[in-house]
This record gives sequence, structure tokens and C-alpha cells, in this order.
Amino acid sequence: MNILLATSTTAMSGEGVYNYGLVIFLMMTGLYLVLAKGNMIKSVIGLNIFQVSVIMFYVSMGRVEHGTAPILLEQDLPHHDSEHGHDNHDDSEDHGLLQTRSDVALASTADGNHDADGGTDSDVHPQAHPEDTEANSPSLHTVDGRTAYSNPLPHVLMLTAIVVGVATTALALALVVRIREYYETIEEDIVDAIENRLQKEEAQS
Amino acid sequence: MTFVSTITLVFFVLLAVVAVAIGKMRSLFAAVMLSGIFSLLSASLFVLMDAVDVAFTEAAVGAGISTVLMLMVLHLTSDKETHSNEVKVFPLLIAVLCGAVLLYATQDMPHFGDPNAYIHQSATADHYLNQSYDDSHIPNIVTTVLASYRGFDTLGETTVVLTAAVAVMLLLGRPKEEEHDLSKSPDPIIEVGAKMLIPYILLFALYVQFHGDFGPGGGFQAGVMFAAAYILHALSGTVRSAQEAASENVVEKLIPLGVLLYAAVGVWCVLKGGNFLEYNALDPEHPAHGQHLGILLVELGVGITVFSAMLMIFYKFALRGREVR
Repeated sequence: MNILLATSTTAMSGEGVYNYGLVIFLMMTGLYLVLAKGNMIKSVIGLNIFQVSVIMFYVSMGRVEHGTAPILLEQDLPHHDSEHGHDNHDDSEDHGLLQTRSDVALASTADGNHDADGGTDSDVHPQAHPEDTEANSPSLHTVDGRTAYSNPLPHVLMLTAIVVGVATTALALALVVRIREYYETIEEDIVDAIENRLQKEEAQS
Repeated sequence: MTFVSTITLVFFVLLAVVAVAIGKMRSLFAAVMLSGIFSLLSASLFVLMDAVDVAFTEAAVGAGISTVLMLMVLHLTSDKETHSNEVKVFPLLIAVLCGAVLLYATQDMPHFGDPNAYIHQSATADHYLNQSYDDSHIPNIVTTVLASYRGFDTLGETTVVLTAAVAVMLLLGRPKEEEHDLSKSPDPIIEVGAKMLIPYILLFALYVQFHGDFGPGGGFQAGVMFAAAYILHALSGTVRSAQEAASENVVEKLIPLGVLLYAAVGVWCVLKGGNFLEYNALDPEHPAHGQHLGILLVELGVGITVFSAMLMIFYKFALRGREVR
């Protein structure tokens, strides 16, 4: 608790680190279930809780305050001529597009879009990008200026992790079914006891 | 605190409550249902954190397929925990210690939603946000990154799904005794209700598959939803009737077919003179068109493999004979 309070007083931006605390609580609940429960289905559920909390950890890191999903809004799409390859923005046309869009749909952020236009002009060359961000860092994700998008990279990594997770869970459950068919129980300690008895009998004979 | 972050906090607390309740439950049936609720709650939380694609997947997989699989395993095993539920000291100690160390480490972490965090300032994130549309003309950045920038990674993950399906097929291969059907006398109300739903689920799955470029969705989500439609058919009627719609023989062959389609797109790029999975080579005149085509085919491959793997896993669990006690 102390840690959470201490950091929230020194918060620069964002909303403190409470998300990590809660994710860690969920993660440890999952860990406890895996360690403490002899019942194999309970262990698999615990593993699932652990997995979801790890996914949540990554996704919460990708979140941006006042941000939106990383699907480009129409006003952020560069005006495109598929004939000209990458770096061929017609500045005046670009400007006009943004203006009309903001007039119609986004009256409240019209000023912001105007500023953003200035931003895109300087962004014409792809090579100029990394340095550009280091120079004026908040320009990308601030609300005034441009639309703030959440970071797509954690989303991609976690999306595939979920599907792979269910496939491996199915594998674990298949093993549980086989164990049940062989030992007629899904409790770890009973399986252990049966194994020990079988080994003793083997040693005696 | 803003309105959204308050709701986020509420959802987090609900998740914590559900997680503890799962630990307390002695009835495994209740625990499995609660874990489905846990998934649904976390999917809502993902939406709040702007991860719509992740939420989509979690809702379909965690609350849907995963819960069905667990329930079928309960049917095959037992739904009661035999041991009492007293707190075990040693595991609790480990969990508390581990949690304390991690909590201490979070002091260095960037704040929740901080736009200046390093993860948002890296050159990669910047490139994805600013260049992906120029490269592929696809507004959904998640799809572009998934199928194009990180296409190799996704190929690997599709292969993992294939491997898991093969392993389940090996473990639960042939039915144990005479084939056992989950529901011998289908309820007419459920059957009619499901029949009305299934076409729409299939239609929506198709939409999710091919609209993934412009909105949330893609091969992973669509594959799971396709499988869910067939699983609903099997649960509301009989497994046999679902097998008439999608026979085990065909589904079995579809699993590797999807991965092969994915890899074939990569090889096609090589033959066209590019690198493996470099879709620009597919249409040298218009690189963005090449990207479109490549991403479409690759997502189709992912969808086919995920669909058939999920359905095959379901069949294997459903047809495993319940032993006579």
C-alpha cells in the first residue's frame, strides 16, 4: 500500500501504478492456485488466471491516456494516390482534407487537427522519423495536436498469445483426461500414492 | 480520476474478487463458470484499455471455447474437489513473497496511461503508427503488424496451434469404448434457438475474417468464431449432426492446410524475388496492393488453421467415451 501511495504523490503524468499492483495480485492468485491445489482442473484454471494477468500487464503498458484503439481514424489517413509511392503528400490537398473533416465531424478538435497538419508536413520523409520523436516527444500521443493511439505492438503479441494459450490449455486438459482414465482420479496426491504402491509391488515381485 | 479510469479500477477489483472466489469454490463446475466470467470481465477491461482486437479474441476464446472445453473435461472426469479447502501456508508464502518483490519493482514502471513512457516513444511504435498506412494502406495497425511486419512470428504461432491440435489428437485419438454422445435427446427449444443463431454467427465470422483490415478482427478471431458456430451446433443437437456438417476427415486435413497456405505465400514472395513473407514483391508496381493480397491470404491461412484446430480439439473431447464407474 505504501508503495502505491508514495508513487501516486510523485506522479508526473498518467494515473499512478495501481494497474500493476492489481495485475500482480491476480497473477499471484493464479500462482497460489497452481501451487496449492491438488486438483488438476483447478491448477489449469489457476494457470489460465496467471496467463490472463500477464496479458493484462502487457496491454495496460500499451495504453495511452485519452487514447483510442490503434485503428487509424479517417482524418488521420494521409491523402493517398496509389500511383505515387511512399513520400508524395500534396501539402495543400492534405490540408484541405483535414480541414473539411474537422469542420464536419470534429468541430471541438478542429484547432488540434490544424496543428497536426503542421506535424505531418515535417513527417514526409520516413527516415526523419526517429530523430523527430526524440526531439519533441509528446507530439505523437497528445490529444491536442493529434489523435492519441494506444500502442499496437503489445496488442499484437497478446492476441496471438491468447489463441496459443487456449491450444496449450486444451493439451493440458487432454492430459488430465488421460490421467483420469488411467488412475481414476484427478487429485495429484492420490496419483502419487497409487504410483508409490505400484512401485513397491514391482519391487517385491 | 477520470470516468474511464474509475470504471477500469472497478473492473480490476471485480476480477480480483472472481479470482479469489475461483480459489474458494469446491464445486469445479462453479469454478469453471467463474473462470468464464473472469475471461468476459477481462475482455471488457481490454476494451477500456483500447485493445479491441485482444478483447475480441479473449471474449471468443476465454469465455467461449475454453469454458466449453473445461466443461467437457468435467463431464469426462469429476466435478467435485475431494480435498478440503484449508489455506496452505507454504504456497501462500511463496505467492506473497513473489508478489511483494514484483510490487517493489513496479516503482520503476512508467505510470498507467503515461504517453511519455518509453514503450510509446520507441522507434518501432513510431514507425507502426506513422508508416504502416503508407506501407500497406490498411487502417487497422494491429492487422498490419500481425500479418506483415511480424508475419514470421505469426507463422510460428499458427504452427504452435497446429502442434497442440496434433498432440490432442494423439492423446485422445480413438474413442475409448462405443462412441458416446454428449446429448442424446436434444431439447427442442435449444435446438431451434441455436439453429436461428448459427447462420448469423457464420456470417459474422466471415465479416470478421475479411474486414479485419479496417476494423477489429482477423484470422484468429474469425477462426475461433467459425469453430464456435459448429460447436454450438454440436451442443444443441448431437455431435454426430455437427460431424455431418464438417466431417472429421475434412477438418483434420484443414489444420495443416492453413499453415501450408501461410507458408506458401512466403515462398511465393521468394519466387517473385523478395524475401520470405515480403508481400511488396507480390505486386512490384503497387507495393501496397501486394501487401493487401499477402495479408488477406495469410489471415485466411490463420483462420483456416485456428478454425479446424479448435473444432478438432472439440471433437476429440466430445467423442471420448465416458468410462463406466
